[in-house]
Amino acid sequence: MAELQSPIGSAYVTGDHGNAAGGVGVTIRERIGLSIIQITAWSDTIPEVLTAIGSATGLVLQNKPGLGRVAGEKSVFGFAPGRYFVVAATPELELRLRSVISADLATIIDLTHGRTVIRVSGPDAEWVLSKLFAIDFSEHAFPIAYGRATLHHDIHANIQHIDDETFDLYVFRTFARSFWKTLGHAAEEVGYKVE
Amino acid sequence: MIIKCPYCGPRDVIEFTYQGDATRKRPEPLSNDPDVWNAYVYDRSNPSGLHREFWLHSGGCRQHLVVTRDMTTHAISSVAFARDIASGGQA
Repeated sequence: MAELQSPIGSAYVTGDHGNAAGGVGVTIRERIGLSIIQITAWSDTIPEVLTAIGSATGLVLQNKPGLGRVAGEKSVFGFAPGRYFVVAATPELELRLRSVISADLATIIDLTHGRTVIRVSGPDAEWVLSKLFAIDFSEHAFPIAYGRATLHHDIHANIQHIDDETFDLYVFRTFARSFWKTLGHAAEEVGYKVE
Repeated sequence: MIIKCPYCGPRDVIEFTYQGDATRKRPEPLSNDPDVWNAYVYDRSNPSGLHREFWLHSGGCRQHLVVTRDMTTHAISSVAFARDIASGGQA
């Protein structure tokens, strides 16, 4: 199988950048080698679909707006009624989900080649992301493991809160290099490291 | 203006797309009265005070919503999924 190339390309420069005076405010990196699957349940099949996602991934969800789960490289979160991102570092994820979710329960779309996942972590992650997205990143409004669908300058993005200082951003692949540069500019103030 | 989406929570109005007056009633499909159809397509009352509107949360969960908004203050008194209203619920 052909190796998926990063759309960030030459803009991905590892090392420390920006204001070094206060240390590293955020660390950013691209998460690679993931399968990203979108599942959309029919309006009356949401509980069965959540059970099926749980049996395929081990990540069991209740039907609650934005709720998600994270376990290592695996994650799942809701971002609209009956719609979920399921993510894992295994190329068999789509097949595994299709084996338990028929078309009677939900539609399944493989977005692996359509999204780029950028992990932003560090003590200033909330501060930097608040410059880019008009949502509340604090933990009381955006609990850990929950997901969000929102906009960055009119362009759609999904976000999952991974832990108290870490967020995963799902951006369109064709937009990823531009977004990566914008993220770097936003993080210059606090100093950032690219891993 | 902040609209409290029933799924996503409070979001800025830039995430939403206005989709028109939610109080209109589509005429009887078999009607061939041009005045009735003209009124349905073109006439809007533009009231002062509360008004029911369709909004699409295009920059979030992409659900159609029915929003009750005060046209003079922009205060929003209720937001509900349009499909719940269509199936008999109340905004």
